[in-house]
Amino acid sequence: MTTADPAAAVAAAGTAEDLVPRSWRVLAVTPELVDTVTVDLAPVRGPAPPYLPGQVNMLSLFGLGEVPISVSGDPAVPGVRRHTIRAAGAVSTGLARVRPGDTVGVRGPFGTGWDVAAATGRDVVVVAGGLGLAPLRPAIYAVLARRAEFDRMVLLYGSRTPADLLYSDELHAWRARFDLEVKVTVDRASAGWAGEVGVVPGLVRRLGVDPGNAVAYLCGPEVMMRFAADALTDLGLPAGRIQVSLERNMKCMVGLCGHCVLGPYYICTDGPVLPWSAVGDLMRVREL
Amino acid sequence: MTVSPAAELAAHPFFVDLADEVVAAVAPLVSRLDADPGQVLGREGEPAGVFYALTAGRVALEVHAADRPPALLETLQAGDVVGWSWLVPPYRWHFDAVAVGPVSAIRVDGARLRAEMDADPVLGYALAARFIPVIVDRLQATRLRLLDLYGHDHR
Amino acid sequence: MSAAVADPSAVLDRAGLGALFDRLRADGYELIGPTVRDGVIAFGPIEGVSDLPAGWGDEQSPGRYRLVHRDDEELFGYAVGPQSPKTELFPASRRLWSADRDSTGEVRYAAEPVAAQRLALIGVRGCELAAIAVQDRVLLRGHTQDTTYQARRADVFLVGVNCARPAGTCFCVSMGTGPAAGPGYDLALTELLDGGRHEFAVAAGTDRGEALLARLPQRPATDPDRSAVAEVVRTAVGRMGRELDPAGLPDLLAANLDHPRWDDVASRCLTCANCTMACPTCFCSTVEDVTDLTGDHAERWQHWDSCFTLDFSHLHGGGPVRSSTPSRYRQWMTHKLGTWVSQFGTSGCVGCGRCIAWCPVGIDITEEAAAIRATAAPPDEPASRLADMLGEVLGGDVVDGTGNCQGGGSR
Repeated sequence: MTTADPAAAVAAAGTAEDLVPRSWRVLAVTPELVDTVTVDLAPVRGPAPPYLPGQVNMLSLFGLGEVPISVSGDPAVPGVRRHTIRAAGAVSTGLARVRPGDTVGVRGPFGTGWDVAAATGRDVVVVAGGLGLAPLRPAIYAVLARRAEFDRMVLLYGSRTPADLLYSDELHAWRARFDLEVKVTVDRASAGWAGEVGVVPGLVRRLGVDPGNAVAYLCGPEVMMRFAADALTDLGLPAGRIQVSLERNMKCMVGLCGHCVLGPYYICTDGPVLPWSAVGDLMRVREL
Repeated sequence: MTVSPAAELAAHPFFVDLADEVVAAVAPLVSRLDADPGQVLGREGEPAGVFYALTAGRVALEVHAADRPPALLETLQAGDVVGWSWLVPPYRWHFDAVAVGPVSAIRVDGARLRAEMDADPVLGYALAARFIPVIVDRLQATRLRLLDLYGHDHR
Repeated sequence: MSAAVADPSAVLDRAGLGALFDRLRADGYELIGPTVRDGVIAFGPIEGVSDLPAGWGDEQSPGRYRLVHRDDEELFGYAVGPQSPKTELFPASRRLWSADRDSTGEVRYAAEPVAAQRLALIGVRGCELAAIAVQDRVLLRGHTQDTTYQARRADVFLVGVNCARPAGTCFCVSMGTGPAAGPGYDLALTELLDGGRHEFAVAAGTDRGEALLARLPQRPATDPDRSAVAEVVRTAVGRMGRELDPAGLPDLLAANLDHPRWDDVASRCLTCANCTMACPTCFCSTVEDVTDLTGDHAERWQHWDSCFTLDFSHLHGGGPVRSSTPSRYRQWMTHKLGTWVSQFGTSGCVGCGRCIAWCPVGIDITEEAAAIRATAAPPDEPASRLADMLGEVLGGDVVDGTGNCQGGGSR
């Protein structure tokens, strides 16, 4: 038996890629809301890996930490990756203040994406609340890119106040299309708001799509997703055709550290997109 | 001295002004609840087959989610009725109803009552008409609270 | 049900055991074995047979671990110490990468190379072998491989031991992981100390185990030897301190997430995380980014973590999902005994009993599981409603499985 050199290094291939960030450059920063910006990133070296709508990148600031942010741009656009970031903690606040030319660490993309193919030949119902429109936007782009493959398409979007509506220019552009129905509501109106005031599940109840033929994609605060999913199942949509995007404390993003579990599921690898039929009951259990 | 749930029913503010026949129809469907602090009377998403006419203590309506602190929506106390989801399809609790301290209540079998209300329109209308003002009152209160009157971001 | 006992093929004496260690060392393995240290039997580097805990045993019960000294030469006459092979294979802290930022702001990241290691683990119990197999499944054959575990696990020689003296906290028989050493060992020893002889019956579990055994001074195992080995195992089976019925546990726990027992155990649990650190299968980890004083050199370190910490479930921009003690204890136990099965195909628990002994307040996972099973809600009915109904029948009190009364179904 030969004696191996105990100091011989085993190159950490494969998984090292997933755990070690690469440097990406900030190309553009677009303010969205009072505390939210959209940051466009591209790798300093090499190509940007392809991603699926709904997947997540881990963005880090040197020596500070990492946060998971959904990719919220158009998957068909090569090279640039768009991320909408709300300043909520130390790292995200730092990320919300970057300027073009700054570098950011990026790992990813990770997780499951929206199953857009499941809606082929069916009605597409997109239900977003607050910042939840950001992870859904790539799915909207993906459907619009092949619009003829789907039946009716509806976007239901709710936010706290009109000032909290994300991507308002885009919302107007989508509303102007004849093949996409956009319904927006706010919890509380401000002066000059001529639109609806109410809750997103209320929009769902008036949906008018054929429940037997629809697939729904939900993202937003968990309470909103729960009530909207219930409203959808009350209309007759099967729970297996309702997809939700969940968030938990995702750290490693590769199913090793154990932080992001919800019952049997790892949100970083089994999710973040999961069918309501799998997680609906789990989401109702307190502190699970 | 223990008062029977049926006798308590007739004296409860929600039922006290209802016709004797209406109360008599509900009486066989009641039982007594004595809940401990923290006891869950109804859980969001679960079938709502009962409602409670509170006689003592306080019940909180709550909603919880992983991504927010637990929210206390409203509290109800002696004299109030907790739960109307038994009356409204899909007959499922919309929020959690939790006893804040020790609670005593008259528990009514709402599923059976609903069947009787369907069978007897006079009974049905009498009870539904009794519930409607309660629900409207809560709705108005909620709307007023939505105004966030005591907040700082209004002129 | 215990792991099947493999028949020994040879018998070593004390000198033969020493020769085994010498051979392993000559082959380039670093010997890690049991020694007495800091009042416990701990795994650490050993030189030879004289480093083993001769005459030492352990008394274990909920919240209690004591070494006891016997007047004999038995080398493996104890059950398990606070550590498990996890400490060697899945280190508590390791650097994942370093990064340096130059004057232009450019950052270069470098993955930490992982040194290959050749370890020989001596005296590994059946439960510990099972735990290694569980961690292999999680860290090598899960969604992603853990590179450090992969490197440290790649060439590990396992010398197992059939337990002769289970502790009061053991329940390997219930979990099917012992007391005999199960699959995974290269060699398995049974210490035979009777009538003046001190020998070790040896069974080889792998080709390289067999090859190594062939180079040791030995005598062939006889039928009396095999009977003696079977007797050791049989006696150990009969001395299990506890039992846990794993049948249907995943479904049972999933249907009882609101059981009042979680509040009950939480009134005792300190969320100190001792159980997760002592547990040989717990694998949760966290990462920490650090910089040096210049601010231009950053490192990411991975550390053991525990689902009992408040931060574990912290949501970005919010608070922890699991802030209450009942929710955290529930997470640990329902994962270990329940959802682990759907994630990895086996239970996460190997019945070693460390969590019971090393819990400062003596919480016993077997007792908690039995209590929930005794008063469990049937799968379609929420526990709170069942407790309500029982409360009505019994006048407001619910009798739980231990004969203690609890108020009807408190959360």
